[in-house]
Amino acid sequence: MIKNRILRRLIPAALMVSAVAVSRPAQAVNYQALVDADTKAFQSYFIKEFPEVKLADYANGVYALNEDSRRQWQEMEEFPPYELDIEAGKALFNKPFANGKSLASCFPDGGAVRGKYPYFDEKRKEVVTLEMAINECRVANGEQPWPGNKGDLAKVSAYMAYISRGQKVDVKVGSKAAYDAYLKGKAFFYGKRGQLNMSCSGCHMEYVGRNLRAEVVSPALGHTTHFPVFRSKWGEIGTLHRRYAGCNENIGAKPFPAQSEEYRNLEFFQTAMSNGLQYNGPASRK
Amino acid sequence: MKHSGFIAAAVLFMLPSLGQAGAKPDQAALERGKALAFDSNKGNCLACHMIADGEFPGNLGPPMIQMKERFPDRAALREQIWDASAKNPKSMMPPFGKNGVLSGEEVDLIVDYLYTL
Repeated sequence: MIKNRILRRLIPAALMVSAVAVSRPAQAVNYQALVDADTKAFQSYFIKEFPEVKLADYANGVYALNEDSRRQWQEMEEFPPYELDIEAGKALFNKPFANGKSLASCFPDGGAVRGKYPYFDEKRKEVVTLEMAINECRVANGEQPWPGNKGDLAKVSAYMAYISRGQKVDVKVGSKAAYDAYLKGKAFFYGKRGQLNMSCSGCHMEYVGRNLRAEVVSPALGHTTHFPVFRSKWGEIGTLHRRYAGCNENIGAKPFPAQSEEYRNLEFFQTAMSNGLQYNGPASRK
Repeated sequence: MKHSGFIAAAVLFMLPSLGQAGAKPDQAALERGKALAFDSNKGNCLACHMIADGEFPGNLGPPMIQMKERFPDRAALREQIWDASAKNPKSMMPPFGKNGVLSGEEVDLIVDYLYTL
């Protein structure tokens, strides 16, 4: 009885405290904290599933999971198939436009800015990716944008990733508009789609490490750290959005265009989930 | 009268595809079912399931063994291939029939083949 009486007195007080606690964030929501909580849960899932894999190793994609395949891959990386692409990318980065300027005049730090992308542009209210920024620099200087998701665009992206190796993944979500873009990417990641009715998370979270035919399913954590990649299957270098499109085609879903809002938001969400890892692109993949 | 042979052949050919439990599928139909199960543009079952002598099987799903014991009800096995999401909305398995990857006849041929495992 005494206990009940105390409780009865405490309840209104507790309600008042919680009302204050709820009303305060309504005025200024800490979107970054919401994203950080997601990132923590996302990374914890993999840490729990694969306790033997070090968090930093997820930047190595599927090769994080198995030491034998990682060693084979590391041997391949000693003479990387993307080496010529980096050189070509460097030349393109410094090649003067018709107006005398170059990509180098658009980017600070000699182009070692991989770690700043993707980011949410608060003025334009959209996610800006590295490949998008490269093409916008070209257009701003009177050049045609490079088409698609391979070729020169991927080569310059590879060069910029290469000279940015070791930069930390640190996606910031600091406004409602940024959080909305993030949520769209999140919905894309977890949503089922296509004729085969599959989602990104279905394979790349729930069945990571299992065999899909002869291939091992890669973890979604770290997916965006190492692009662009030279893929044996392509026989050339390609961007993250090219991989997204291939994945969508595989599940019988109509792929979105490279640098579409859908894929940029997905990249934004996926990269935020890898916050704390290091950029280590470009990389080779099967 | 001339066509009766053709009709008989056609009926015989269609029998297994009717999917009646009573009609025993012949060897040719079972081969067709297996081919559909292994075809990466059709059932593509090997992507996720170990099946008999199929090379490089995946392991996202359970191995295809003891199918009659696991699915005594033929309709349940058929529904699993037709639309796995009906029973489990979170299922990873694509709704092959519902989404038009396989026709009804093709699903039946695969079910007949799976029952030999």
